[in-house]
Amino acid sequence: MSASHAPGTTPAYFIPAPSSWPIKGSFALFCMAIGAATWFNDLPPGYWLVIFGFAMLVYMLFGWFGTVIGESESGQYSHKVDVSFRWSMSWFIFSEVMFFAAFFGALFYARNIALPWLSDLDNKLLWPDFAGQWPTAGPEAFDKFGKMSPFPIPAINTLLLLTSGVTLTIAHHALKDNKRGVLLLFMILTIALGALFLCLQAYEYHEAYTELGLKLTSGIYGSTFFLLTGFHGFHVTIGAIMLTVIAFRCAKGHFTPDHHFAFEAAAWYWHFVDVVWLGLFIVVYWL
Amino acid sequence: MSAVLPGHAHDDHADAHGHDDHHHGPPAGFMRWVTTTNHKDIGTLYLWFSFAMFLTGGMLALTIRAELFKPGLQIVNPEFFNQLTTMHGIIMVFGAIMPAFVGFANWQIPLMIGAPDMAFARMNNWSFWLLVPAASLLIISFFVPGGATAAGWTMYAPLSSQMGIGQDLAIFALHIMGASSIMGSINIITTILNMRAPGMTLMKMPMFCWTWLITSYMLIAVMPVLAGAITMTLTDRHFGTSFFNAAGGGDPVMYQHIFWFFGHPEVYIMILPAFGIVSQIIPAFARKPLFGYASMVYATSSIAILSFIVWAHHMFTTGMPAAGQLFFMYATMLIAVPTGVKVFNWIATMWKGSMTFETPMLFAIGFIFVFTMGGFTGLILAVTPIDIQLQDTYYVVAHFHYVLVAGSLFAMFAGVYYWLPKWTGHMYDEFLGKLHFWCSVVFFNLTFFPMHFLGLAGMPRRIPDYAAQFADFNAVASIGAFCFGLSQLIFLAAVIKCVKGGPKAADKPWEGAEGLEWTVPSPAPYHTFETPPQVK
Amino acid sequence: MAVSTHLRKLAAQLGMAAGAAACGASAYAADMVGGPAELQLNLQRPVTDIADQIFDLHTGMLIVCLLIFIAVFAAMFYSIFAHRKDKGHKAATFHESTTVEIAWTLIPMIIVIGMAGFATRTVIAMKDTSNADLTIKATGYQWKWGYDYIKGEGEGISFYSNLSTPRAQIEGKAERGVNYMLEVDNEVVVPVNKKIRILTTADDVIHAWMIPAFGVKQDAIPGFVRDTWFKSKETGIFRGQCAELCGKEHGFMPIVVHVMSDADYTKWVADKKKEIASKQEDPNKVWTQPDLAARGKTVYENNCAACHKSDGKGTPPAFPPLDGSKTVLGPMDNQVAVELNGRPGTAMAAMGKTLSDTDIAAVVTYTRGAWSNKAAVALVQPSDIKAARAWDAAKVTALVAKPQ
Ligand code: HEA
Ligand code: HEA
Ligand code: HEC
Ligand code: CUA
Ligand SMILES: [Cu+2]
Repeated sequence: MSASHAPGTTPAYFIPAPSSWPIKGSFALFCMAIGAATWFNDLPPGYWLVIFGFAMLVYMLFGWFGTVIGESESGQYSHKVDVSFRWSMSWFIFSEVMFFAAFFGALFYARNIALPWLSDLDNKLLWPDFAGQWPTAGPEAFDKFGKMSPFPIPAINTLLLLTSGVTLTIAHHALKDNKRGVLLLFMILTIALGALFLCLQAYEYHEAYTELGLKLTSGIYGSTFFLLTGFHGFHVTIGAIMLTVIAFRCAKGHFTPDHHFAFEAAAWYWHFVDVVWLGLFIVVYWL
Repeated sequence: MSAVLPGHAHDDHADAHGHDDHHHGPPAGFMRWVTTTNHKDIGTLYLWFSFAMFLTGGMLALTIRAELFKPGLQIVNPEFFNQLTTMHGIIMVFGAIMPAFVGFANWQIPLMIGAPDMAFARMNNWSFWLLVPAASLLIISFFVPGGATAAGWTMYAPLSSQMGIGQDLAIFALHIMGASSIMGSINIITTILNMRAPGMTLMKMPMFCWTWLITSYMLIAVMPVLAGAITMTLTDRHFGTSFFNAAGGGDPVMYQHIFWFFGHPEVYIMILPAFGIVSQIIPAFARKPLFGYASMVYATSSIAILSFIVWAHHMFTTGMPAAGQLFFMYATMLIAVPTGVKVFNWIATMWKGSMTFETPMLFAIGFIFVFTMGGFTGLILAVTPIDIQLQDTYYVVAHFHYVLVAGSLFAMFAGVYYWLPKWTGHMYDEFLGKLHFWCSVVFFNLTFFPMHFLGLAGMPRRIPDYAAQFADFNAVASIGAFCFGLSQLIFLAAVIKCVKGGPKAADKPWEGAEGLEWTVPSPAPYHTFETPPQVK
Repeated sequence: MAVSTHLRKLAAQLGMAAGAAACGASAYAADMVGGPAELQLNLQRPVTDIADQIFDLHTGMLIVCLLIFIAVFAAMFYSIFAHRKDKGHKAATFHESTTVEIAWTLIPMIIVIGMAGFATRTVIAMKDTSNADLTIKATGYQWKWGYDYIKGEGEGISFYSNLSTPRAQIEGKAERGVNYMLEVDNEVVVPVNKKIRILTTADDVIHAWMIPAFGVKQDAIPGFVRDTWFKSKETGIFRGQCAELCGKEHGFMPIVVHVMSDADYTKWVADKKKEIASKQEDPNKVWTQPDLAARGKTVYENNCAACHKSDGKGTPPAFPPLDGSKTVLGPMDNQVAVELNGRPGTAMAAMGKTLSDTDIAAVVTYTRGAWSNKAAVALVQPSDIKAARAWDAAKVTALVAKPQ
């Protein structure tokens, strides 16, 4: 640290003190990487190292965000810091958009470019009986499976997420009007909707495996379906955790009507998750 | 190691601290570097880290060159040879070049725009300290069963599916390095957009800041895409998905599309900051303002935008339809136009200047000269029919070492010599610097120029043994490589000597230099611009 | 065209002449027929129209780039010599000119559009694989090429093509031949002046089929069929190599095409067909253990030793030893299944696709008795392999699983 400013004044821009959270996070990720790599290859030490690393990561996140919250609540963040947070959150979300873009791109490519090729005249040489109909598990597929239908669960899920966007906005307005009761109520409602979404999604996966015979291993259709919806579900989980933390902070009396970027950041993230779902609903389930 | 790190002996301000228990000075010794939130400390860490990686990657390259010195298999077996080329590429690209530029950004951007530090100083620390576990994973992978991944730095499926645990370690290392890059980029964008000193409008900003701003956008756009591609590789390897497996309806070529959507912008990520550094140095030593500042900004942006629509020029031989080949050929060739604008502007800056040729200027001129040769071979490769003849031959290897070594690396050498006085407070040894320069250019060309001939004659890349007719040029290249490698020890010596002592550097050691960084003392105090300067 | 032909000849001669001049100094090799020359500076001598066009395009690009390079750097070096401080040159202050910016944007733009324009017709010509006289499928395997003549004269011929350079030369224990690394046991033979369409595909990973003198390079992608074509104007032998990293022996899978006159080609087809017919074996023949094991040794050296090594020790853990392997010493069916069908997801490919019943039986028999192996049952007959090919998928999956 630390921008040395005269005692008693606010620094022009807050510079944090030296911190050991980052190195702890790095160590955690290192353990997780080694753990996962050995685990996937049936080598020691394997999954317990992943668990250890993950626990360490959670500890780090708690500590780090705890520090940030402390700094924020003690008024060290000037308006300029707030603006920095806004820029950073926007670009972070943009990077997430690009991550999903890779998977959407894969789906587009597999369906509209690779599939027609696999079933064209020349490729009859290799795959004489492949018709090339979407959905497909590829020319060597043995097991039969059914296509995911947009109704009823995905449609209900769409509704749930859209509603949660509305409830979150209501909560935001309540925060701005300093109506704590309404704020808390709608926060809880939002999180509940998110949780319900996840439950339905889990149920849908269960159905896919047991009733439809659709698995992660069901060729390209299974791959794209489960990875797209799976990563989305993972992001919903993260968003819900963020909202939960924010809800707790609201309950503790954090935030003021005009200084609550953490709330807004979580809300932006939630809306982003929402938009990704709309894309999924159309591209994965409908078309 | 800390003995040779630029010490901040002037680690003043201690008196101003202590009014609250958060406000003590940085911890001493090792912990200072582990926990630091100071952009200068972090910049230093980045630079030393990347140099260590450069030596590591260089050692791998020398082993490759030793094996290729003459036909036949003598030093390494083919499996290990492939591991060497793969890890050489990965380590140089992700371990040496990219972090080095982030190191420059850390040191210079706050100094250049008059900011007290980076916008997110603590996250900045994490960006750096993520690199260390990632690099460790890569190094460890040499020692695991089956060894490091040998699928090429491009890690094409389905070869990558055949690899052992080394592939998984590389995947996780890239995930972590990607996270580091994204955090670093967010930090840089936010710093530049939000923390400029009053009066420093975007169009008054030093060129280096502009190039990094644009580079950051590119990083944020493409690193997640790489993460997606290698995640698919990972699930194909271990969880039975079929993204890149035709039998399951996937397509190995799809991997290449996703990879190169990242990969092509990536090569500009490795050159734009180099353009920035050179754009600082040429005006300083020509004692004349940068010619065509605005058009430089537009040219940089055009390169960035075009770089997103040219990726399939790496895939002309995969058998895409003619329309695709034509589109990607035309788009690729267009990039020569904004790049040319940059070259012309640099030369116009030199024109009718009052030039002197200290080491930074020598490297900057060397950069323009040799990089342009690499650019022209790039243009030749962009012509689809010629590329089909030359794809995956040593011609390509020659092309990209011209742009990466004589491009990115030379620009970084230029930058190091240019800013070392500011970083250490001492002048470097001009004789060593010049010696480093002349050895580097000569041996660089000795190493890589013959590779053009090898490629034209049809020698494929990534092979441990070759037809005896290729022997002579390979021998020349290998000799050049060893000399080039040794020349880099001169650089190490020059830097260490400068860190340890030397003539005291003035605040502004270069007569023609401009910018806020030269208004602070040399070495730059631990904290600078705590109250923002006013820029007119 | 006449001018460009002339230019090309000149350029080729320049390259060759320089090569020839330095040839005497070379310690290694003489020029190779149909491959790279000693100290060759330019593209290989083109023998198809496409390769001609590529050669011209390259020469043209080179000249234009060289001219621009000279112009640009003449300006720079002039400035470096004239506008230096130690000559007392005072810096001017100009730093902007919209006119020159527009000029040096537009002129390069026009130049590159011109370059791309010239290349366009070649791109389209290269893609036109219609109306071929002969169609050959080239399949990339780790690490050899397989060829099937599927349409035109010679239809039905099929064979594998392996590197024929002896290991001793590679290891430096024997004198290197002129065609070191670019020679094969079975050359692809095609007629001259006929349009040959090559379909490429692969069995395991991506390979690439290239012959520089034809201007042909086409990736061979597992699970997909891609194509390219050439029409050689000359008879002779032309050499290339696999041009896509495909694992450890990537450097060791050359491609050799022998272009013959029509008459010679017809004769070759007849001979080849006879040869194949004579090799047709009776899959029901009953072998004795020593005979079959002897044959198995050859099969092993040619097909398995690359990974599992001649001494059966492999390179663990990537390539397991067969000496002492549980699979080899265990139940016969498991080993037969592994060798016929491979282990999915590993480098162990389905050898049954490329080896005959007799060969599989031979290699199984050999490995069970080779080195320190003494399997309880050490003999399997070709007829058993034939039966094993009919096992259903579920059974195979169970049998190929790794023994614990
Ligand atoms: C710093 C990195 C860098 C840079 C800047 C470039 C710049 C360019 N590259 Fe390069 N390239 C790589 C790194 C880079 N490349 C790498 C690493 C690979 C191989 C990856 C792998 O396979 O492992 C590669 C491969 C590669 C290929 C694929 C080759 C193959 O595998 O078959 C192609 C094909 O089009 C290509 C083209 C270009 C072009 C057109 C440019 C242009 O940007 C160049 C523009 C510059 C100029 C043209 C010179 C200056 C201009 C003038 C003086 C103006 C006047 C000029 C004219 C009017 C002509 N590159
Ligand atoms: C990004 C930058 C970068 C840099 C800087 C370099 C630098 C060098 N590279 Fe390259 N290279 C790549 C990126 C880079 N490379 C990539 C992306 C590939 C493709 C990989 C693939 O195919 O997948 C490649 C591939 C590649 C090949 C082709 C391999 C093949 O296809 O089989 C070769 C062969 O000559 C080569 C050589 C060299 C050499 C001699 C240097 C030299 O410039 C290195 C000089 C430096 C040193 C030699 C270090 C100096 C240090 C010492 C001498 C002492 C050290 C002491 C201690 C550590 C105690 N590289
Ligand atoms: C491309 C390299 C390659 C080639 C060529 C190859 N194998 Fe293998 N083989 C492997 C690999 C890799 C495995 C291990 C698969 C695994 O992980 O279970 C293997 C496994 C085996 C096993 C099972 C060993 C065990 O202990 O479980 C047998 C038996 C075998 N191979 C026989 C052969 C024979 C016979 C041939 C030639 C006809 C051959 N292989 C050719 C790579 C190869
Ligand atoms: Cu086959 Cu490389
Ligand atoms: Cu590119």
